[in-house]
Amino acid sequence: MTEAVSVENLSVVFDEFKALDAVSVDVGKGKSFGLVGESGSGKSTLLRAVAGLTGASKGAIRVSGREVRGTRRDKAFYRAVQMVFQDPYGSLHPRQTVDRQLMEPLAIHGIGDSERRILKALDEVGLGSSFRFRYPHQLSGGQRQRIAIARALILEPSILLLDEPTSALDASVQAEVLNLLEEVRRDRGLTFIMVSHDLGVVTHMCERLAVMQNGRVVERLTSADLVAGRIAEAYTRNLMVASKGFRREAVAQSG
Amino acid sequence: MSPLLTVEDLRVRFPTRTGVVEAVRGVSFTLGRERLGIVGESGSGKSQTGRAIMGLTPPHAEVTAKRLAFEGIDLLSASPKRRRDLRGKRIAMILQDPKYSLNPVMSIGRQIVETLKRHEKIGRAEARERALEMLAAVQIRDASRVFDLYPHEVSGGMGQRAMIAMMLVAGPELLIADEPTSALDVTVQLEVLSILDRLVAERGMGLIFVSHDLRLVSSFCDRVLVMYAGKIVEEIAASELGKAKHPYTQGLLNCMPVIGADRHPLPVLDRKPEWAL
Repeated sequence: MTEAVSVENLSVVFDEFKALDAVSVDVGKGKSFGLVGESGSGKSTLLRAVAGLTGASKGAIRVSGREVRGTRRDKAFYRAVQMVFQDPYGSLHPRQTVDRQLMEPLAIHGIGDSERRILKALDEVGLGSSFRFRYPHQLSGGQRQRIAIARALILEPSILLLDEPTSALDASVQAEVLNLLEEVRRDRGLTFIMVSHDLGVVTHMCERLAVMQNGRVVERLTSADLVAGRIAEAYTRNLMVASKGFRREAVAQSG
Repeated sequence: MSPLLTVEDLRVRFPTRTGVVEAVRGVSFTLGRERLGIVGESGSGKSQTGRAIMGLTPPHAEVTAKRLAFEGIDLLSASPKRRRDLRGKRIAMILQDPKYSLNPVMSIGRQIVETLKRHEKIGRAEARERALEMLAAVQIRDASRVFDLYPHEVSGGMGQRAMIAMMLVAGPELLIADEPTSALDVTVQLEVLSILDRLVAERGMGLIFVSHDLRLVSSFCDRVLVMYAGKIVEEIAASELGKAKHPYTQGLLNCMPVIGADRHPLPVLDRKPEWAL
């Protein structure tokens, strides 16, 4: 079976700095894969390299069996692979209406029937047609992230790259957005690659995950392993402790 | 013992073109030398409550209260000079993101010294000495090196520790921490929290910890106020969080994905209009 996304020995170097160091990751079709690690571990860089936003210096990326390279990809690639970014305040054009932002991908790819598609996309992310002619500043953070998701979904991609899609949102809104993402994945059989620093979110959303540190994958495990505590690396264990929240005793022990 | 801070019927209003927005609508609480958490979603008025106490509400907004007193000083009738003297010296505030709240064109050491110089008659050498001590107290190993660095040269965790150092160097009695770790990595969050926890305990400060993360707040504080739409909907001892009565508090507790709990879909908040009444 060809994997939906296959990354082989990928290295990304910025000047002297190795952001990614020979990373290999395979994500099966219809699966949901998580990348966790602290800032600077290279998890976002990996996602950006797959999306073609960052050039790779070594290694290969294959999407649905086809090798892609460089930062300029063909339209078929962009139609199949879409990305949702962390900050919904930054990823929407502040002076364009929701309608225009959703229209843009359709126009780029020469897809007609935009009226129906925009209404359907809005409906799918749980926003009615009344949101269609609003500007981003008239929306809450959660609503903006829904628009960003609608914009990614309107091209009917098969792979969705999610870069910390809920870390800028309130806990209560996060739950709504996570539910929405799960729902669209189930309905459309999408493949997810999700970056997050929150182990709770990743284990909730993904079947398998890779833990990254300093540009390398230090551990690969399934969510079930993580939940059961079958962890090999000390670094993963640290993340696990951190995700449980602040405990006075735990800190006293480690200090 | 008289409380450190008394807040009675605090209201913050923002006049806008489309009418008056009431961000805080009648908040009352008292604070001793304890750790108090204020929790709520964005827009619940939790940050504005902290800012009103600190005196950092934007000038066009209107702050009223039956009583807003810090150690017997009425904050609302105090002169601007009096408030400036309090601010930084006796009441201090830690903000969310060190990237934005530190002065980018001033070295970290100079920013800490500036706080000291503003509030105390202190010589240069002594101020430097105190700043270095404070940097060491927030567990910055190479304090004299960090003293001369600029905010862009340090990591987020280091920046937030410098921020804590700056706020605590003048020895405040009340510390308001507004989402002090939300901008930090999970692994760094715990370090920063434990430093904060230790310093608050050692120095016997009152702490107001503002955050949207109910679990984090309850693990850190003694008492938690839950805010919704500018009002306190529930006050609860952190140890009794499991017995929370208000559906909003229960919703906030339940909506987080927890490792090991297999709940699909996650429960979401069903906001009732009567909560905001």
